[in-house]
Amino acid sequence: MFMLDLLRNDKPGSWMLATLLVVSIAVPVLNLLVPEGSIFHLSTYTVTLLGKYLTYALLALAADLVWGYLGILSLGHGAFFALGGYAMGMYLMRQIGERGVYGDPLLPDFMVFLNWQELPWFWHGFDQFWFAALMVLLVPGLLAYVFGYLAFRSRVTGVYLSIITQAMTYALMLAFFRNEMGFGGNNGLTDFKDLLGFDLRADSTRIGLFLASTAALAIAYLGTRYIVSSRLGLASVAIRDAESRTRFIGYRVENIKLWMFVFSAMLAGVAGALYVPQVGIINPGEFSPLNSIELIIWVAIGGRGTLYGAVIGALLVNYAKTYFTAALPEIWLFALGGLFILVTLYLPKGIVGLRRMREARA
Amino acid sequence: MPESITIAVVRRLSPLLLLFFLFTGFVPQLLANTSTGEASLQEAWKALTDKSYSKKEKAITLIARQNTADAYPVMKAMLDGKLYFSTRDKTLFVLKEQDGNYAFTPLFAGQAVTQESKRGFKKVKINNRLRTRLRQALALLQLQHEDKKLRLAAVQELLKNPDSKAANLIRDVVEKETDTEIRTAMHTLLAVIQLESPNENEQREAIKKLADSLNPSALNALTAYQPPNTALKKLANAAIQKINDRRDNYARAETIFFGLSLGSVLALAAIGLAITFGVMGVINMAHGELIMIGAYTTYVIQLLMPEHIGISVIVAIPAAFIVSGLVGMAIELTVIRHLYGRPLETLLATFGVSLVLQQTVRSIFSPLNRSVETPQWMSGAFQINEVLALTWNRFYIIIFCLAVFVALILVMKKTLLGLQVRAVSQNRLMARAMGVRSKWVDALTFGLGSGIAGMAGVALSLLTNVGPNLGQSYIIDSFMVVVFGGVGNLWGTLVAGMSLGVINKVLEPWAGAVLAKILVLVFIILFIQKRPTGLFPQRGRAAED
Repeated sequence: MFMLDLLRNDKPGSWMLATLLVVSIAVPVLNLLVPEGSIFHLSTYTVTLLGKYLTYALLALAADLVWGYLGILSLGHGAFFALGGYAMGMYLMRQIGERGVYGDPLLPDFMVFLNWQELPWFWHGFDQFWFAALMVLLVPGLLAYVFGYLAFRSRVTGVYLSIITQAMTYALMLAFFRNEMGFGGNNGLTDFKDLLGFDLRADSTRIGLFLASTAALAIAYLGTRYIVSSRLGLASVAIRDAESRTRFIGYRVENIKLWMFVFSAMLAGVAGALYVPQVGIINPGEFSPLNSIELIIWVAIGGRGTLYGAVIGALLVNYAKTYFTAALPEIWLFALGGLFILVTLYLPKGIVGLRRMREARA
Repeated sequence: MPESITIAVVRRLSPLLLLFFLFTGFVPQLLANTSTGEASLQEAWKALTDKSYSKKEKAITLIARQNTADAYPVMKAMLDGKLYFSTRDKTLFVLKEQDGNYAFTPLFAGQAVTQESKRGFKKVKINNRLRTRLRQALALLQLQHEDKKLRLAAVQELLKNPDSKAANLIRDVVEKETDTEIRTAMHTLLAVIQLESPNENEQREAIKKLADSLNPSALNALTAYQPPNTALKKLANAAIQKINDRRDNYARAETIFFGLSLGSVLALAAIGLAITFGVMGVINMAHGELIMIGAYTTYVIQLLMPEHIGISVIVAIPAAFIVSGLVGMAIELTVIRHLYGRPLETLLATFGVSLVLQQTVRSIFSPLNRSVETPQWMSGAFQINEVLALTWNRFYIIIFCLAVFVALILVMKKTLLGLQVRAVSQNRLMARAMGVRSKWVDALTFGLGSGIAGMAGVALSLLTNVGPNLGQSYIIDSFMVVVFGGVGNLWGTLVAGMSLGVINKVLEPWAGAVLAKILVLVFIILFIQKRPTGLFPQRGRAAED
């Protein structure tokens, strides 16, 4: 009842959710039930690729929530994604157990390789799924809380905020590249075997992960839609458009910003956690500032401040990336760079805005 | 040299040897011991073929003291294991291996022999003790060589194995030494020898002298020194303390120098951004790529003039300014112009520009790193003393940074363009009302900032490899410097760059390079929370948005 109310005024969102539902039924059927020789068969590779796109879409959704509705252009959202990914990666690492190259029951391979004698304290507990799942939310959330608390309280806004978020993810990247940090250094975490007892290489597990990503995206979409339709969302938009005025009316701008930022970071963490078992690796490269900026362009291309635009943008750009990097690797950076320029110059409302512009003209 | 000795020498030596002396600059000034004549020298040569090592040692001492022209090459051959003697008549030969054959050249009389095996010849064997003696003797001879480097090497060799008997000789040589560096080293050597003297007064003198030396051997000698009484022990400890303090001070000075040179690199990379971001308020994410273009310009200029590497770097500076400046103006005219007042969109669009520029460079020059040759005049170091040496290239970078900075300040303060830029940045509408063509000024300002980025690229090309990702690695640092120094304040940028450089280098020894960088980043993030407007904020109404 409540959800229907929410979607009544959100036609594109309803369409998107309906499409997600259809896809989540069609993909398992086409992958598992249709025999491999048939043209309708969907390879497991494609399923994983789709699952990866969906986690990117979830990440874009998280970024759009703070950029589109709060005016915070975070150039460090990739850091929250990567932290969620590392939390999941640590769980998967611990699941390997004795099946590692060195066969140590407790220590992951890279620690044996580095001649470490015991498990660092922050690796404890990651053998339990519930603990890892909690950390997927808590670690990005805590970082966002500390960072946001400091930044919003001192009223660091606009470009300055963007630049220090970028510095944050850059510093984390440098830190995670260090072997001494205890996260596998340059190589990151990889060689995962199974998740909750399911073999990660099995088709059924892949389908399961794909469905989990779909579900996470759908739930996150409904959740963020609920937030932006609520009084909190309206206050956020007010902050985006006139921060000082909102403060003078009597809203606690810092608190609103902080909680929205933390929520967004947690969503990004979940996206990272779903991304890692599908891709099979997490390394410090995920922290690179380039990734964070790229995800902003997904949102910009799809259409900022619409939520579904972010999802569409993420899917489209990543499909284009997969296509171009395979077919015309030289062209990809030209195309991506050109997209940045053209979209900001001529499509300030993104692809979603095109439709609105046509409607307005008609 | 006293005339009588010269005459004696000339009489004693064959004309051939005299010629040798004239050419090599060996000056036989050590013939103080005239009682040992030619006969004993002949015996000494013979004694080298003896089995007894102690006899050989005596012979070496004698030969070294006589210092004839043969002494140096023979002792060198002996040290290298190339000195042989014929088993028949015990005459000395020097071995030289030639494509599998053994060529034996006689030292004095006899036939040169080339044969396939070493049959009929025996090596002059040496042990470790002899080896040390030989090195000492060789170094003593080398002390008088005309080549400065060889003399210095000789002193250093002697410092490793000081020979107390050589003290007199060294004292003689010191008087004639012209090079201060070698003189200092020789004095240290003398003091080290003096320290071994049994006389306590001598020891005290030596300790006092060594306390002023920065040579590592001085410290070693003092550490190994066994003081006969507590007074001397105290003195020695104080000397060690003094040396260590001075070394620490010089190490600190070196760290600061490194920090300043790193700071200059940071400031150079950031100055251009201080104009485009600080003065114009444009977030230019393609700034790093403008630096990269400057670096590639240097590379291309070197390709064009491979014969004149030394000049090419000088030529590259204006060239890079022009190329990067033009590219920057093109960016301003096509992209940034349409986005004024929308900083976040500018950020994204210029990021797109940076990707396009990177890929363009990658397509033209290949993704591989290119290296720019460092000209001769920039290599080497300026040796201040034994501990502190400042490399020229770092030194030039500091100079270059300051020069660029002064030039920029002059442009901003003394020229019409500078006046107009400041006017537009303070109040665009009013400036336009006064007849300033604000759009043209925008393009020129952006071109100026970009051109300076290009000049930074010339400096960077000499420090690191030139590759498509060169710019990317500096963009975050550059923004940090500008924000840390206070946006819109050129002096702030310089101070921020230099202090971040020094902080980084001070942290490096105990934190490691990467951790130092992380700590600096975290420090800046926290600093911006405390003072969002940087070290030197702009005052007045313009500062408040």
